[in-house]
Amino acid sequence: MTEPILATHSLQKSFGALMATDDISIDLYPGEIHAVIGPNGAGKSTLIAQICGGLKPDAGRVELLGKDVTLTNTLTRAKAGIGRTFQISALAMEDTVLQNVLLGAVGDIGSPWRFLRPVLNDGSLRSKAADALKRVGLQDHAATRTSDLSHGQRRQLEVAVALTLKPKAFVMDEPMAGLGAEGSKTLTGFLDGLREEAPILLVEHDMDAVFALADRISVLVYGKIIETGTVDQIKSSKAVREAYLGGDA
Amino acid sequence: MIRERTLNGLVLVLLLAVPLWAMFNDQPFTITLATRAVIFALAAVGLNIALGLGGLVSLGHAAFFGIGGYAMGILAHHAQTYTPVMELPFLIEGTKSMPVIWLVAMVTSGIAAFLIGILSLRTAGVYFIMITLAFGQMFYFFSISWAAYGGEDGLLIYVRNDFPGLNTLVPINFFAICFTILCLVLLLNGLLARSPFGLALNAARQAPQRVQTVGLDPQRLKLVAFVISGVITGLAGALFADLNRFVSPTMFSWQMSGEIMIFIILGGNARLCGPVVGAVVFVMLEHFLGGLSEYWHIYLGALLLLVVFFARGGLVGLIAGREVAHD
Repeated sequence: MTEPILATHSLQKSFGALMATDDISIDLYPGEIHAVIGPNGAGKSTLIAQICGGLKPDAGRVELLGKDVTLTNTLTRAKAGIGRTFQISALAMEDTVLQNVLLGAVGDIGSPWRFLRPVLNDGSLRSKAADALKRVGLQDHAATRTSDLSHGQRRQLEVAVALTLKPKAFVMDEPMAGLGAEGSKTLTGFLDGLREEAPILLVEHDMDAVFALADRISVLVYGKIIETGTVDQIKSSKAVREAYLGGDA
Repeated sequence: MIRERTLNGLVLVLLLAVPLWAMFNDQPFTITLATRAVIFALAAVGLNIALGLGGLVSLGHAAFFGIGGYAMGILAHHAQTYTPVMELPFLIEGTKSMPVIWLVAMVTSGIAAFLIGILSLRTAGVYFIMITLAFGQMFYFFSISWAAYGGEDGLLIYVRNDFPGLNTLVPINFFAICFTILCLVLLLNGLLARSPFGLALNAARQAPQRVQTVGLDPQRLKLVAFVISGVITGLAGALFADLNRFVSPTMFSWQMSGEIMIFIILGGNARLCGPVVGAVVFVMLEHFLGGLSEYWHIYLGALLLLVVFFARGGLVGLIAGREVAHD
């Protein structure tokens, strides 16, 4: 059987008396989009922080490509292949689109300690950046200041930055947040094609997007996964309807 | 609007032309003023690497300026009194050689910047400002209490130090040395800003989370920028001490740190020649308005207010407009 690219095993994290993640085991297989849904305060952000290295779990472990990475930090996990996008775009807004992607390319070579050669004169970095921009469809915006991009384009740019690092798995935190219906539809199509590049762990509130994209969905409520299954299984789950989607969903 | 690159060229040509004019018209004091502006500019170019590129609001850069100054003062003092700096565990003699003094100034201020940076960069925002200020003040009070090197009175150096092949007592020669160093450091700064390091540092200032998720350490980038910045400001301190042939605790004072920052704000934060323009304007105000009133800082304050409210990119931004993202 295929091994999961990314997996958590019985992750636990509490803040005082509050159990933010309680015994969470979740996995991500090649080519799939695994969505994590849940109401506000369910523990999604805490889960992502533990997967990406921003928070140390109290118990349990995180594995990337079968290797235990629980005790490593964000930097190491990024180098190991976790490509993360943020709920609120974390980009260098004063810089151009190309410069943001070049940052990913610099991260990929693993050393920013080059002081005298202009980054734009480095053919290998430029070609990596240009390739990533082309894959997300932003090649015509290379010289645009990032702050001038639309919200959806910023999402695409975040993915382009992650692509330069040749990620083994994407972890995306609410990529649809703030997008209109049209923008959400475009990004859904884009993410659908991206799964072949690397599987995606998708934390999302936009249920239309989740149902259109996800191969599997895990439902997180009060720090616990109450159900994992296909879109149809989740839609028909009584527990999920009661806890999250509402009785009529 | 003029392109920033053209403006930078014009500023440097003017800065060179004024002392040349002064030399032909026998105005040595004007050359000294221009040299003072160049040295201040150099100190601020140093800070601009930390502040403009790295977003590190250091209010303690006088520490490095003073360390550079005292490196010059101590080495030259021992050379002129024919006493060793230390004998044990190994002998260190004083020197009057500028290149050696610069090297010592840069190494010592670099080490200090590394140690201050490691501790200060654990904090951010107003705490970073306060910690750097505190370090600056520690050096200030230490120098006041350091009786062996003049304490509060400072150290007087009788003759300007030597540079191979040049008579440094001729004002235009010393100006040429300082101006050449400034141009080289500006060139370095320009290359640095466009290098992979500059790109990553600039991103670390704007979006540290993003830098981490591409596998780079924003704190380490900032620390290296802080050290480079301290080294350059330290070199400026050594030159400043040589210009005045005098070092005193004033070089360590928080007012000095504030002035270095004012040069940048006046000229334009993160603009290559912003610190140069700011330093030149400051020295001109100091000279012309200072001659009219000892309270000339009132006018400086008013100018600073105008720049902050109406020209956020400083005077360079006012003339050259919004910075073109690296072309």
